[in-house]
Amino acid sequence: MQIPAEAIVFYALTAITVLSGLVVVTSRKLVHSAFALVFAFSGLAGYYVLLSADFLAAAQVLIYVGGILILILFAVMLTHRIESLDIRSETLQLLPAIAGCGAIVVLMLLAVYRTPWAVKEPQVLTQTAQSIGSLFMTDYLLPFEVASVHLLIALVGAVIIAGKRGGQ
Amino acid sequence: MRPLVEWLQANVAALKGVPPDVLYLLLLLVGALIVINFVAISAMFFIWLERKVSAHIQNRYGPMLVGGWHGWAQSIADGIKLLQKEDIIPAGADRTLFRMAPFIVFVGSFAAFAALPFGAGLIVSDLNIGLFYILAVTSLVVVGILMAGWASNNKWALLGAMRAAAQIVSYEIPVGLTLLTVVIMAGSLSLVEISRLQEGIHPLFRVAAGGYVIGLPNWFVLQSPFTFVAFFLYFTASLAEVNRTPFDIPEAESELVAGYHTEYSGMRFSFFFLAEYADMFLVSAVAVMLFLGGWQGFAGPQFLLGTAAFILKAYLLVFVQMWVRWTLPRLRVDQLMDVCWKVLLPLAFVNLLGTGAWMLA
Repeated sequence: MQIPAEAIVFYALTAITVLSGLVVVTSRKLVHSAFALVFAFSGLAGYYVLLSADFLAAAQVLIYVGGILILILFAVMLTHRIESLDIRSETLQLLPAIAGCGAIVVLMLLAVYRTPWAVKEPQVLTQTAQSIGSLFMTDYLLPFEVASVHLLIALVGAVIIAGKRGGQ
Repeated sequence: MRPLVEWLQANVAALKGVPPDVLYLLLLLVGALIVINFVAISAMFFIWLERKVSAHIQNRYGPMLVGGWHGWAQSIADGIKLLQKEDIIPAGADRTLFRMAPFIVFVGSFAAFAALPFGAGLIVSDLNIGLFYILAVTSLVVVGILMAGWASNNKWALLGAMRAAAQIVSYEIPVGLTLLTVVIMAGSLSLVEISRLQEGIHPLFRVAAGGYVIGLPNWFVLQSPFTFVAFFLYFTASLAEVNRTPFDIPEAESELVAGYHTEYSGMRFSFFFLAEYADMFLVSAVAVMLFLGGWQGFAGPQFLLGTAAFILKAYLLVFVQMWVRWTLPRLRVDQLMDVCWKVLLPLAFVNLLGTGAWMLA
């Protein structure tokens, strides 16, 4: 019984992710595209849960829905006259688009079918947060520190840019 | 829930043939139903309590007539009234988003209760990362609020939504940092585990007299000076998370009519209303779980008394939230951001560092 239940959940998640992704791309209103991202991000978090990566799933929701999406929404909403803006492009480069997308599809299919995937039995949820934490502090300490210093620099930069205008 | 499935299949003859996954799903639905009902009824109780508390603070009686005793049925009457009201969608509104927004807010605040233990063993889903999950799913509420504000096509609603989003996103950081102080002490993100670590009587503040040991409880709020400070920081920041006074500029009645739900009526409005009071209960429940001993408190059978202790403590914190709301004035936008970034955040960081040092010492 384990496999069909997971398969049902997998296809439901896929439907949610792909359909909302389509809305993101095809919607005429930019705000609708932004809001459709909620469901795309949440569907992706669902995949992580299926893969027993509970910490990653929660992080996905917290960072993408709670952070990045809010940022996108603010950017969209604060843009002047976004509602009346026609975001459709005048020129439709149909042939180059099909060629480009087709090439990417072929590449991805090749990657999917050529890669020797490590097939494993589905594991039960274990202490994922603990192992992620200890790996960050041991094997991946340098990338972790580089990323955190990078974020700190970005933060200081943002404060300086925002502070300049307020000081005058 | 899984052990319950095994127990049911072993002991109830009628359920032997049912596939375990189906039974699990049914049990989850039942659990969700119970939790949603409990939280919704709590929210109705809080709405009544809020009116009574505000009334008594302002030297009046509040609702007295409906139901007889001190107007106890006022929320039920209001709920029925809201159910019957016409569902109005403004002509200029974005209909799809307008309809969807209350559901997103509702899902964001009610999904969190799945990982909240209401007592020893009384939890829908005991996640290893329970606390992190609660922080993550509640961020959906912000999206719903922005959606409501935008879709209403009303400047009050949009301004309210923008303020709410800016405020919630900012105050999420001190909330997360103060919760981390306890997570460091406990070494776990599981709410069940964190609550279990607060059992018994405090090792320092205790007196042994004639075979009996009397003392303060071993709650995290008393386990180190840093968690003591963290509790108050968390409570302050959580008031902003749920848009309560003194941090209620998103809904400031005198300038914004009602904030992001200005245009909503009937059932859709009540969804926002319920979610707001459910959120108040949620942040109080998280505070109780992390700082105030969870379901510890009464001696005896934990399944019943533990649940009672937990609910009592959480309700008490909700009462304090109301007390604060009707006592303090509202902060200005700039003051609000100052409090978050210049007061709460540095204090939370110092606190976190201090906890690390405390753990090493």
